[in-house]
Amino acid sequence: MKLKEKVIVKLIFIAGYSAIFFSLAIFYYILKESLPFFQLYSLGEFITGNQWYPVSEPPKFGILPLLSGSFIVALFASLITIPTGLIVAVYISEIAPLWVRSFLKSSLEILVGIPTVILGVVALYTLVPFLRNLFNIPTGLTALAGVLMLSLMAIPTMASLSEDSLSSIAPSLKANSLALGATRWQTIRYILIPSARSGIIAAALLSLGRVIGETMVVLMITGNAPQVMFSLLKPVRVLTATIGAEMGEAVFGSAHYHVLFTLGLVLLIISTIINITSYFLLGRKK
Amino acid sequence: MNTLFKLKILLIMVVSTSIVLSACVKKPADEGLSGTVVIQGSDTMVDLGAFWAEEFMRKNPGVSVSISGGGSGVGIKALIDGTTDIAQSSRAMKSDEIEKAKVKGIEPYEFMVGKDGLSVIVHPDNPIVGLNKNELSLVFQGKITNWKELGWEDKPILLLSREATSGTHIFFKENIVQLIDKKAEFSPGALLLAASSAIVREVAANKYAIGYVGLGFVNPKVKALKVAKDKDLPYVYPTIETVKNGDYPISRPLFFYTKGEPTGVVKHFLDFVLGPDGQKILEELEFVPIK
Repeated sequence: MKLKEKVIVKLIFIAGYSAIFFSLAIFYYILKESLPFFQLYSLGEFITGNQWYPVSEPPKFGILPLLSGSFIVALFASLITIPTGLIVAVYISEIAPLWVRSFLKSSLEILVGIPTVILGVVALYTLVPFLRNLFNIPTGLTALAGVLMLSLMAIPTMASLSEDSLSSIAPSLKANSLALGATRWQTIRYILIPSARSGIIAAALLSLGRVIGETMVVLMITGNAPQVMFSLLKPVRVLTATIGAEMGEAVFGSAHYHVLFTLGLVLLIISTIINITSYFLLGRKK
Repeated sequence: MNTLFKLKILLIMVVSTSIVLSACVKKPADEGLSGTVVIQGSDTMVDLGAFWAEEFMRKNPGVSVSISGGGSGVGIKALIDGTTDIAQSSRAMKSDEIEKAKVKGIEPYEFMVGKDGLSVIVHPDNPIVGLNKNELSLVFQGKITNWKELGWEDKPILLLSREATSGTHIFFKENIVQLIDKKAEFSPGALLLAASSAIVREVAANKYAIGYVGLGFVNPKVKALKVAKDKDLPYVYPTIETVKNGDYPISRPLFFYTKGEPTGVVKHFLDFVLGPDGQKILEELEFVPIK
């Protein structure tokens, strides 16, 4: 009995620490594969270059078109996702009748589970032609298509996690507020949302992470034109889609191969910044 | 999905079944050829390779041929790594790829097995019948951006291209985009699509789009343009005949690369592909035979 317990404790220990081990191993591998790039190409041209022609002679690896594409898509997707997700969460946890609540909550969870490639195919044949006709633009494969689909994917994550933290607030808090004569809106606005703040911020950052990291949908519907611009109605190429589309054919060991790892490193840095930000935002509250 | 896709599924089933069957009925070596051939590479040529493999295995039941796509670069990479016997490629090997192979002790042998014409396609409602190579170059560089400049409506041109790593993209860039200026590039506003079928789909749905695909991808929902080498020369419609006799100006060779001089069953397969039966299959799939 005692032996069994020991084994189990050890297994849990290993499982816990393996997460740290694998994160570090992945970080090390990406760093190792991306550093040789800077022996083959200048760092300055990489950061300030506004052209992405990976297989030309000589190749041009400017990150700005990809960064601007990722930026515009992530920015607008979060602007839609975070408020909408929060509203849905408040509705589910505070306003909806009980039977609607359980129905909505489980539908959200189903929506989270849909494979993104399926969302991409559906958007390709419905949303993309619709946007082209609506705005009378040359193609519907635009940043906007990506923004809308990414929001659709991230809103359930945002709503579901915020709802969890809203419903874990002690019921006495709400009861006291209502007893003191506050309206339902005042209770939600001044008591419930501030109390669930840390959970809501965590949900928002997780959704943002999902938006930046998503590959399949953006590869399929954003048009993939690596150009520096800040318009929602133009095709864009994002970081993840570039890695996804080009890794298969990059010549092993070439500058092109290494630059794709460097793009991975940039993504890793962005997500680390998001995590550190959330750590400080949540830490300050305690 | 389109018929090509269905055909592909069917093919994969047929090929895999025949591989299994051929393994079951494997005869002793003295009754004929036996062995395996592994082929990988160009997505343009993957159907072609599957038809060749099927026909070759029917004639030589002791042989199993496996075929997979992934792109010309993937096939060449596999050849360098020694994991494939034949790399199918819709572009010539680059000098750095040849060097990498030599470092690994592999001497790549090149065989031209056929040709492919590249059609420039537009929407059927587009009244333009033909363009010359110079106009195409300017259009794809993004120097001509409006259909008005080519004598049609005042609407922006939507450029469709393949991914930068595709053999088709590289060929079109080197032969059309860089027609005059060897440093010219595709317009950064050109959409990079993952497959030729995606280009056909987008052109069929979009009145103001222009793209390029292999001859075999052209269907009635899109219109192939006539192309002239120069503005004073005749405009030629892309067909197997016009590519074969060299009248149509945008065609490319299709290659097999082998590890060193082919021997044994790989050599037999190559002879079959270059022989009349293999070349007939090429034509049936709307590629262009070399003889």
